[in-house]
Amino acid sequence: MTLPLPPIARSRAALGLTAAAALGRFELQVCEQCGKVQYPPRESCERCLSDALRWRAQADTGELLSGTVVHHSHDRYFSERVPWRLALVRLDAGPTVLAHRHERCPPAPCRVRIGARLDKSGQGVLLAFPLDEDFNMTNDPKLCEMTCDPKSHAVLVTDGSTRVGQALARELLEAGASRVWIGFAEVGKQVPGLAELAAHSKVALVPLDVTDARSVTKLGGEIGSEVDILVNTAEAPHSERHPAGAGVDAARAEMELNYFGLLRLSHAFAPAMRLRAASAQGGASAWVNVLSIYALTNYPPQASFSASQAAALSLSQLLRAQMTPAGIRVVNVFAGPLDDERDRSLPPPKLKPAALAKAVVNALQSGIEDCYPGEIAQEWLARWRESPKVLEREMSQTLEVGNHG
Amino acid sequence: MTGVKRAVNRQGARTLREAVVAAPVTVPYVRHSIRGAPWFFARALSQLLSDSGLEKSDIDGLSVGSFTLAPDTAIGLTQHLGVTVRWLDHIPFGGASGVVALRRALRAVESGDAEIAACIGADTNHVDSFRASLGSFSGFARDAVFPYAAGGPNASFAFLTSYYMREFGATREDFGKICIAQRDNALGYPHALFKRPLTLDEYLNARPIADPIRLFDCVMPCAGAEGFLVMARARAEALGIPFATVRASCERHNAFPDDPIQMRGGWVLDRDRLYGAAGIEPSDIDFVQTYDDYPVMSVIQLEDLGFCAKGEGPDFIRRHSMTTDGSFPLNTSGGQLSVGQAGCAAGFLGLVETIRQLTGRNLAREVPNARFGLAVGFGMITYDRGLCSGAAVLGRSDA
Repeated sequence: MTLPLPPIARSRAALGLTAAAALGRFELQVCEQCGKVQYPPRESCERCLSDALRWRAQADTGELLSGTVVHHSHDRYFSERVPWRLALVRLDAGPTVLAHRHERCPPAPCRVRIGARLDKSGQGVLLAFPLDEDFNMTNDPKLCEMTCDPKSHAVLVTDGSTRVGQALARELLEAGASRVWIGFAEVGKQVPGLAELAAHSKVALVPLDVTDARSVTKLGGEIGSEVDILVNTAEAPHSERHPAGAGVDAARAEMELNYFGLLRLSHAFAPAMRLRAASAQGGASAWVNVLSIYALTNYPPQASFSASQAAALSLSQLLRAQMTPAGIRVVNVFAGPLDDERDRSLPPPKLKPAALAKAVVNALQSGIEDCYPGEIAQEWLARWRESPKVLEREMSQTLEVGNHG
Repeated sequence: MTGVKRAVNRQGARTLREAVVAAPVTVPYVRHSIRGAPWFFARALSQLLSDSGLEKSDIDGLSVGSFTLAPDTAIGLTQHLGVTVRWLDHIPFGGASGVVALRRALRAVESGDAEIAACIGADTNHVDSFRASLGSFSGFARDAVFPYAAGGPNASFAFLTSYYMREFGATREDFGKICIAQRDNALGYPHALFKRPLTLDEYLNARPIADPIRLFDCVMPCAGAEGFLVMARARAEALGIPFATVRASCERHNAFPDDPIQMRGGWVLDRDRLYGAAGIEPSDIDFVQTYDDYPVMSVIQLEDLGFCAKGEGPDFIRRHSMTTDGSFPLNTSGGQLSVGQAGCAAGFLGLVETIRQLTGRNLAREVPNARFGLAVGFGMITYDRGLCSGAAVLGRSDA
């Protein structure tokens, strides 16, 4: 018996909506020739037939023309969830769209706000929200399933020895997690901040060293069948980051932690999460990888770290493909330089661990799967999307300047 | 726009000749069938032959309307049924299939491309046919409709119905009146799948499907076939079979694409020329067969085809009685709401009933002294609106 998921089929053109929704963005195709905004997604402009259609952010408001509540569905997923609210909206941008309707939307006619998010199949869908409220799917019991809200869920944070890991644990507790396991590799070592967290009634410190296969397998066997959300924060302490020019052993250590660590975690925890998701609603819902923006393009002052992040990113894409049929969201968070020991020598602006933690929890509550928190990460993303090759050249120039090695 | 053409010009040369419609046939509907679509086409073709007295080899034109014939199209059917044709068409346009097939067949016969064109709409219905078809109905449906609760056309027409009610003050009682009258008509039609009268109470309190639409606003998907023959008037007379004339017809697809929501169809743009070519007024029409996938669409069709102004539909419904013996006979065999929707055959249902009424070969109750009938085509909701519109004005052969 397979888990019912919402219809997953989409044309190639329609995947553009999904790609934007993965970032929590609402974009529609715009014709570069004549400017017409179009929907549903298509291959050629509805007005002038040009094929120069580009996905662009749109005004996110419109008129609710009509609402309905579906009581009967032809699809297994929705027939288990009726009655289901829908909206027919005339966007200010032009097209008329069909969207899922938040329960707090007033009846038609009224103004609404439109967002694009990922549904349980990981595909982009449109949602109509009340105009003057923040987008919040977690306060609508039907839409909540599109999110990975940590509220009332059990979460494993793989490494609590860093400020990021601890900030995440605190933020998850704040968001209402039912329990938080915090992984800790060096048992017996005193780590500032961790003792205070360990005293919390919902927190349990557990031995976990992602570079040690037995450690990972053991913990997977002990708690794997209870973990709803796994957040991998494992990262090397500052002293073990290696610049360009470091030897193969140094590079191997980075890979052992960032790539093989993820691989070991996925073998030990992913199958159980998938199995639980298939058997019960509201259980396993997300796997979060805290990565670096340097996964996209190598940053020479942290060269082998960058390479290990790129490897982890590639692996996370496989993991996402494996988790999708179970309705489990794989969330990648691409952090820029952090305001902590690791990136001490880098100039501001830098992301505070608490801000990163908030961004992760926000991503879970919004159901997005690619998160770029902070100014640097956002700028990096913009440059990379515009031209990965240009960004590569810009980064190679940091090697010549080289005051971080 | 088609009007009646002169058969012979002044020099006596053969020019476009008048084509007529005859041999209305129905393969009885069943809720589910283990047969494939070709079986229904074969039954229909067989009936067309027995009805007309023609041989299979006389059929040299074929127009096919079907969704469940896949993976075949009309061409595969020629070998399956053993027909050799000079003119072949496949028209998967749902509720507009019949009107469009008629228009194509008229031209084929008028121009001499075919002598006897068989027009058949047929679909089977296996237990999971409808559900399976929804996800792959169209690219736009797959991308922009199905992921949203997979309510099928019910959700799309719930939006239209709700908007129409709000905009023009229609009530559920108004739509109920249409459904009840059509059910009454269906009680006199042996092939209707619904056999019991419908009361207003039952209609108003039926199982909700998609607000404000309830069970009796929706058609019942089923298996079946409808068909007719198109041939030259002279041939029909020689054969001695009853026929009806096609006074005028029209079609238009993707009309009003900039309307935010569909409150009108292409008929608005074509109705004046339709009646002009037919040489009549709407008031000369003795009965109307709308494409009634939902009652709101019947009302919109009546407005758009000139029986009342836009938005005056509710008032029109309240003032008229739509049973066969009423002031405005509507869907005289019950419409698909009470007969059933056999896929593309539903696009032929109204035409076949129109031919029956105008040739005196009724299976349902007869509209007394009917001279002109209007059959409307509509359908193909590939996204948020029915893209096809069409209509045909038929006349009694002596009208």
